[in-house]
Amino acid sequence: MPKPFTKLTAIAAPIMRTNIDTDVIIRIDRIVGNSVRGNLGKWAFGALRYLPDGSENTEFILNREPYRQAEILVTGPNFGCGSSREAAVWSLQEMGIRAVIGSGFGDIFFANCFQNGILPIVVDKAIVDGLAAEVENTQGAGRIGIDLQEQTITSPSGKRHSFEIDPRRRAGLLEGLDEVALTLQRDDEIRAFQASDRAERPWIHFTRKSA
Amino acid sequence: MEQPGRTMLAKIWDQHVIAQIGDDTDLLHVDRHLLHDLGGSRGLLDLKSRSLSVHNPELTFATPDHAISTARGRASTSKVGQELLTGLRTETSAVGIEMFDIDEPGQGIVHVIGPELGLSLPGCLIVCGDSHTCTHGGLGALAFGIGSSELTHVLATQAIIQRRPKTLRVMFEGRLPFGVTAKDLILALIGHIGAAGGTGYAVEYAGSAIRDMPIEGRLTICNLSIELGAKMGLIAPDEKTYDYIRGRRYAPQGEMWERAVKAWRQLPSDADAVFDREVVIDVEAIIPQVTWGISPEHVIGIDGHMPDPQAIADPGLRAAVETALDYMGLKPGAPIMGTPVDWVFIGSCTNSRLSDLRAAAEVARGRKVAPGVRAWVVPGSETVKREAVAEGLDKLFTDAGFEWREPGCSMCLAANGETVPPGQRSVSTSNRNFIGRQGPRARTHLASPATAAAAAIAGAIADVRTMER
Repeated sequence: MPKPFTKLTAIAAPIMRTNIDTDVIIRIDRIVGNSVRGNLGKWAFGALRYLPDGSENTEFILNREPYRQAEILVTGPNFGCGSSREAAVWSLQEMGIRAVIGSGFGDIFFANCFQNGILPIVVDKAIVDGLAAEVENTQGAGRIGIDLQEQTITSPSGKRHSFEIDPRRRAGLLEGLDEVALTLQRDDEIRAFQASDRAERPWIHFTRKSA
Repeated sequence: MEQPGRTMLAKIWDQHVIAQIGDDTDLLHVDRHLLHDLGGSRGLLDLKSRSLSVHNPELTFATPDHAISTARGRASTSKVGQELLTGLRTETSAVGIEMFDIDEPGQGIVHVIGPELGLSLPGCLIVCGDSHTCTHGGLGALAFGIGSSELTHVLATQAIIQRRPKTLRVMFEGRLPFGVTAKDLILALIGHIGAAGGTGYAVEYAGSAIRDMPIEGRLTICNLSIELGAKMGLIAPDEKTYDYIRGRRYAPQGEMWERAVKAWRQLPSDADAVFDREVVIDVEAIIPQVTWGISPEHVIGIDGHMPDPQAIADPGLRAAVETALDYMGLKPGAPIMGTPVDWVFIGSCTNSRLSDLRAAAEVARGRKVAPGVRAWVVPGSETVKREAVAEGLDKLFTDAGFEWREPGCSMCLAANGETVPPGQRSVSTSNRNFIGRQGPRARTHLASPATAAAAAIAGAIADVRTMER
């Protein structure tokens, strides 16, 4: 069950390259197995964060202060595209990230964020670029504020931007709701659907091979 | 008043709504849930730990594909890969989920076996914890990838919460030129509208080139929908679809078949249906495509040249191109053709079906893989493998110097440890050229099976049109 998300004022790290995919966020060899959770934070962005000899790449933003403390990522277009691996979100979460701001995200990554209590915020690219520039102008010291109740982002210099969010997902984050439990409250409806669909589309429901 | 025309997406979507639970958001029935070794046992264990049961095991099917070795005898499956395989066996058998195990007909890449077994049907809603689930849309199914949490949700409820996407129709018009395949069409589209061009949309592929295209090509087209950013891609079912499905192991039979086909004939978008966006692609202007960078949108025709980052105004895009050229070890303005390659990988849920292997074999027949190149052929399923062997394709490939392997995902994402070594360059028929996708610092060029085979023979990226017979 996800932790609730309400408000956050935090260090933000801009990662502005277009099309940062989930393979780059977490490489597959770090996530094969059923007990990988809890060890993923240090492998987030591994290909960018570490040099081939395993040492830190000092040019990568998350290896520099104060960005090491970042709880927000300001991202380029199409961040989180590619693979459905939810471990991409887990790895960000385990390195301390609680919100991502961008002009657009990979659809599956976007959905996976909500499942884990991470807030993905979509705003116009001009706003994203402005936030990144303000953060960089303060060498990362300027914090970004996020208020989910009010649906606002406050830039380091105090500029407020409102953002849109699906009301159902907003409520889910604010309260840390368990979606499985909520859907199971509708089990009568699911079973009623299946009963009538069995008559309508029997070939869907009788799947055992007849040979 | 006349009802306005409806899209295929709307028809299939509406048929699956259990309840509306928000603006544009519905609880949808899942008709088929496919599990694989990477996430299947985790989901089932997660459910067990929450004292929940599987809602409809008979609508859930499993097969190992991601983490198993594709070496003969599966000899080099890693310890963790073996644990995932054992876990999938134990957990599916405990709850009565059918699993297609290694060496059995039915095992294979999950997006190859769904259509092959007749599990994936027109109008069906299919989910799987894998982003390339959009592949099944080639049969007119509404199919999409989900994350681990959603996977647990589907196991527990046989339903999924989804926001209705916008609709994008892509018309591929014209006849495929010589040497041009389904893979080239979809790569060209990604180059045209970008890797986020389909984000938030369900894409319907239509037009004369799609109508003329065999089912396996349609599966390839839909497979790369996610590389456009679209979770779902679909193609209207037609006589080709019904001919493909008829008689398959889980396909409806007899009177049920007749009823099903009658229903499926209602699925295609109405002639007056309105899409949120339309794109038309002139197929006859497309030549064989190959990617040069680290996103599928970094794609050019085989006669093309690398871009020059200095000419790109947008800083994010420029940074992406600079990173890409640096990672790939390529120079701005250089031609793609003639770039030396170390590896060739023919396989993956994109291009590992019998027609793909035949296309590669046609190029390889009577020729030899260039010295210094390692070339792998990894059939998509046990059935594909057996059919290919029956045609002698395995021998043809091995005579030409290719390695013939067991079915699985293999080097597409290297989850089983089968990697392209650091710094080496591969031409792959898979779907992602991301940084590190085929292994740390591996360099991937995406292309069709014919173009990949041509690269293996030439030892460099080559124009298959000069090699085909």
